[in-house]
Amino acid sequence: MKQVLGDRKTIAILLGPALLVYTLVILVPVVWSFGYTFFKGNALEGFEFNGINNFTRLFTDPDVQAALGFTVKYALLLTILQVVFGYGLALLYTFVLKKSSAIIRTLVFFPVVVPTVAIALLYQKLFQSAPKDGLVNELLVNVGLGSVDWLGSGTTAFIVIVIMDVWRSMGFYGVLLYTGLLDIPEDIIESARIDGARGFSLFKNIVLPMSLPILYSSIIFSINGTIKVFDSVFALTGGGPGNETTPLTLYMYRTAFAFSDYGYGSTIALVLSIMCLIVTALIFRGARRDNTI
Amino acid sequence: MTTAPRSRRLRRPVVAALAAVGIGTMILSGCAAGGSSSEPTKLTYLKNTENTNTEPVFNELAENQCKTENTALPLEVSSIPQADLDSQIQLLASQNALPVMFAAAGTPAEGAKLDKAGKLLNFETELEKLGVLDDIEPAAISTIKNLYGGNFNFLPFQFNIEGIFYNKTMFAERGLEEPQTYDELVDVASQFEADGITPFTASGEQGWPITRLISSYLFRDLGPDALQKVADGDAKLTDPEYVAAAQAIADLGAAGYFDDNIASLDIDSSYNELLTGKAAMMYMGTWFLESANDPEKNTVGVDNIGFMPFPAVEGGAGSIDQYPANVGLPQTFGADTYTPKVADWLKCITENYGQVSLEQSGAISGFKSKEPVTDLPALTVDVQDRIAGSTESVLWFEALFNAKAGQDSSKNASLLVTGQLSPEDFMKLLQTDLDAG
Repeated sequence: MKQVLGDRKTIAILLGPALLVYTLVILVPVVWSFGYTFFKGNALEGFEFNGINNFTRLFTDPDVQAALGFTVKYALLLTILQVVFGYGLALLYTFVLKKSSAIIRTLVFFPVVVPTVAIALLYQKLFQSAPKDGLVNELLVNVGLGSVDWLGSGTTAFIVIVIMDVWRSMGFYGVLLYTGLLDIPEDIIESARIDGARGFSLFKNIVLPMSLPILYSSIIFSINGTIKVFDSVFALTGGGPGNETTPLTLYMYRTAFAFSDYGYGSTIALVLSIMCLIVTALIFRGARRDNTI
Repeated sequence: MTTAPRSRRLRRPVVAALAAVGIGTMILSGCAAGGSSSEPTKLTYLKNTENTNTEPVFNELAENQCKTENTALPLEVSSIPQADLDSQIQLLASQNALPVMFAAAGTPAEGAKLDKAGKLLNFETELEKLGVLDDIEPAAISTIKNLYGGNFNFLPFQFNIEGIFYNKTMFAERGLEEPQTYDELVDVASQFEADGITPFTASGEQGWPITRLISSYLFRDLGPDALQKVADGDAKLTDPEYVAAAQAIADLGAAGYFDDNIASLDIDSSYNELLTGKAAMMYMGTWFLESANDPEKNTVGVDNIGFMPFPAVEGGAGSIDQYPANVGLPQTFGADTYTPKVADWLKCITENYGQVSLEQSGAISGFKSKEPVTDLPALTVDVQDRIAGSTESVLWFEALFNAKAGQDSSKNASLLVTGQLSPEDFMKLLQTDLDAG
C-alpha cells in the first residue's frame, strides 16, 4: 500500500479528478465571487468597477446588521437546542429504552429525511392564524387563550422557526450521539455502578466525560449547518414579516438575484465565508487543546 | 539517460490532465443553458402563481381560436410565486434561457432593465408587421410605454384601474353612501367595526394591498405627482406630509379596521373575506372582476359588489377621478425565441384575447374585443365606463421604486398596520433603499 501511495502517478490519478472537479466547482466560483466584490451590476446589465464601496456599505447597511444578528442568534440557540435535545434522546435510547429503542429512533429520525419544504408547509398549517386558525391556535383558543398570529411578528416567527428546526434535526443528533454513547465500554459503567455511582453522578462522572468527543463533533456539525441556514427559513417565513427573520444567506440571495446587485451580494457572501472560517478555526483550536489534555 | 523516461513520465499526466480539463469543460458547457439558440418546440409560458386570469383564457384560445397555432407549437404553462419571479427571470435572462412568453418585472424598473438588455420583443414593430396593432387599446399602449422605459414591450393581458370594492347590501342596510372624503371613509369603517364586521380586508402576506392605500392617500393629498417627486429627488418619503399618509393607514390598523391576523392573510383568503360577506370593503385592482363575477366564489351575489374610487382627502391637491391604472403584472415575449410559429400565436392572441377574456369572466384587458359583448355583469360595465371616462391616471406606491424598496415596502406593510413598525421608520426604511439606488 505504501508503495502504491508513494507513486506520484497513482496520487495524480487518484486525486486528479476530484481536485479538478473541486477546482472547477468550488475554487473558481469562490475566486470569481471575490472578484465581484469590487464591482456593481449583474449579468443582465453588465458590471462597473465599484472600488471598495461594497465593503464600506457593509458597515452602514442596517439590513446586514439585522441579518447578522438573526444568523448569530439562530445559530447559537439552535446549536444548543439541537445538541441538548439530541443528547437527551441519545441518553433515552441508551439507558432507558435500550434494545427496544429502534422504533422510537426511526420515528424521531423520520423528519430528517422529509424535504424541508414539506416540513415548512406542515408548520405553516400548524401555526396558521388566518383565514382560519391552525391546530396550535385551536388548542390555545380551547384552553381560553387568544389566537396568536405566529408568523405575523418577528419574535413569534423566530420561535416557530426554532421549534421546527429542532424537531426536524434532533433525530439526527440523537442517532449521532447514540453511536457515541454505544462506544462507552459497558464494563466501565458497570464498575462505576459497583463503586456506587447512580443516576446523575454516573452521568456527570462517567457518561458525560466519555462522550465529550462526539459532543464536540455534534457541535461542529450543528454550528456549521445553522450558520448557513437558508431553506427552512425561506420556505417557512420567506424572511418575514418585514426582514425580521432574514438570515445573511437569504439577504445575500435577495441582494444578488432579486435586487440585481451581484457585487454587494458577493460581499455579503464573503462575510459569511469569514464567519464560517472563524467558527471552524475556533472549533479546531478548541479540539486541539482538548487532545493535548 | 535519465531525462527521457522522466519527461515521458511527466508528459502522460500532463496529457491526462489536459484531457480531464477538456472533458470537464465539455461537461460544464453541457450543463450551461442553451435555450435561446434552438427554435422553441413549445409555447412555454411562465407566469406568477397569483395570476389566475390569463391561464383559463389561454387554454380556451389553445382549444378553439388558436387551435392551429397550438398544434404547431403547443402551449405549456408553468407558475412560480410572484415574490420569486424577478430573480427567476433575471437568472434565465442571464443564461439566455427565457421562456417564449413570461410574466416579468414586479417593479417597472426591472421591466425597463430587461428591455434595455434587448431581451424583450418590440410589439409596436412586430404587431404592425402582423397587421394587428390596431387590436390593442391605444390607452393601454400609452400606459405600458409610460411605465416600462418608453417602448411597447409588454402586453396588456389586463388593463386595470384600482379602487375600493364594497358590499352594496352592507352599505344599504346601514343607510351608507359611497364615501367621498377620507374622513367619511373612516366614519363608514367605524360603523362596520361597531357592528362586528371587518371594515377592510387586505392581504398582509402580500403587503401591496396595504401600501396601495398609502399611495392613494398620497395622490389625493399631495397630487398625482406625489411619488414622481420622490423618484426625481424633489421630495423624500421621510418628509412630514409623506409620513402623514403612512400614519393615516397605520391608524386604520390601530383602530382595528383590518382583518384579525392580517399579517398572515393571503390574497385569495382576502378576496374570500369580501366575497363571503365577512368584510365590507377591499382595495383592489379590477383584475378582481374575474373573482367578483364568479358565482361560485362570490356567495354574496354578483350584483352585490360595487366599485368606488379611493375618496378625496379634504384640502388635498388630488382628485377622486384620478384612478391608478396599470396592466397588472406585465407579460411579454422573449426577443430571442420569436420565430414564425411564435408570431402566429402572437397574432392569434392579439386578435382574440380581449373577446375571450370579456366573455369568459368579464375581465377587462387592453385588447379590443372584435364584437360587442353583451350581457356583461353590471360591475364590469361600471368599470368599463369609469375607464372610458377617466382622463388622468396615477401610479401605485412601488411603481417608481427600485427592486429592494419595492420588496421592503410590501414585506413591511403588515408590520405598519399591526403597530410593529412606526410610520416614520417605515418611510425611513424605504427612503434608505431609494437613496442606495
